[in-house]
Amino acid sequence: MSVEYMRAIRARYESLGYTPYRWFEADSPPPWTPLVKPLSAARLGLLSTSGAYALGQAAYHYKDDTSIRALPRDIDDRDIRFSHITENYLVDPRRDPHCILPLAPLRRLTREGVVGELAEHVFSCMGGVYSQRRVREETAPALLEAFRRERVDAALLVAM
Amino acid sequence: MCHQTVSLVARHLEANGIPTLCLGAARDIFEAGRPPRAVFVDYPLGHSAGRAFDAQDQYDVVSAALRGFASLTTPGELLTLPNRWPDDAWRAEASSTEGKDTRQPRDETPQFQFPADREAAIASGAWAPG
Repeated sequence: MSVEYMRAIRARYESLGYTPYRWFEADSPPPWTPLVKPLSAARLGLLSTSGAYALGQAAYHYKDDTSIRALPRDIDDRDIRFSHITENYLVDPRRDPHCILPLAPLRRLTREGVVGELAEHVFSCMGGVYSQRRVREETAPALLEAFRRERVDAALLVAM
Repeated sequence: MCHQTVSLVARHLEANGIPTLCLGAARDIFEAGRPPRAVFVDYPLGHSAGRAFDAQDQYDVVSAALRGFASLTTPGELLTLPNRWPDDAWRAEASSTEGKDTRQPRDETPQFQFPADREAAIASGAWAPG
């Protein structure tokens, strides 16, 4: 049985005296865009919500930071950093970033021809944003523009 | 919260012509947020792309997830990967409803991982202390 995070987090916040968090519950079917070419011919974009940033970039802050960062696809592991409001989940990513920002597997899949190409820049955000309105109005449009700039055919979005 | 953010972003990208595939480790948040294509791996949060220091597991998770672009044909469908975490000890803590707040204090100061990162961000002009 998989962990029921929504129920656990609701109860946890309640016991701390916070107002119950209202999770996003979709009331409409998701939009749909078919991938018209095989993945082996596609330029793939990547987003990780883990708060990854490159050495030399600003780290994320923890008060509903809706900004995004672009990291070069061939970034050296030693230049990858993380800042995320739930730092307890960063223990392993900070030792091996590929468990949440899967550049190494995607590079291999590209070499093997399974993926046509990885976009030159991959993206991160700090997914721990409480305001759904701000995600919709700030993060999502910024990422749409960023992926368009990278001319991706499809995007893999990895949630932390 | 990350899974909710990803669901919202995926729906926005998809509505604007970019096919997406969400990979994550919180099944219930995906089921509520209903991104267009979702892949669930039953691993502790922080490991949605596989186990740390296990390149083969990461490759297996990511390649299996990407096959969802071909196999998921119904909007909102969720694919569950067969991968199993080696032990179940993490589940109790993840499911806990006890009042433990693991979040960091919330303010708008960038939380650099190392002090040297702060200096590097200042030197590159990416950030300036307020």
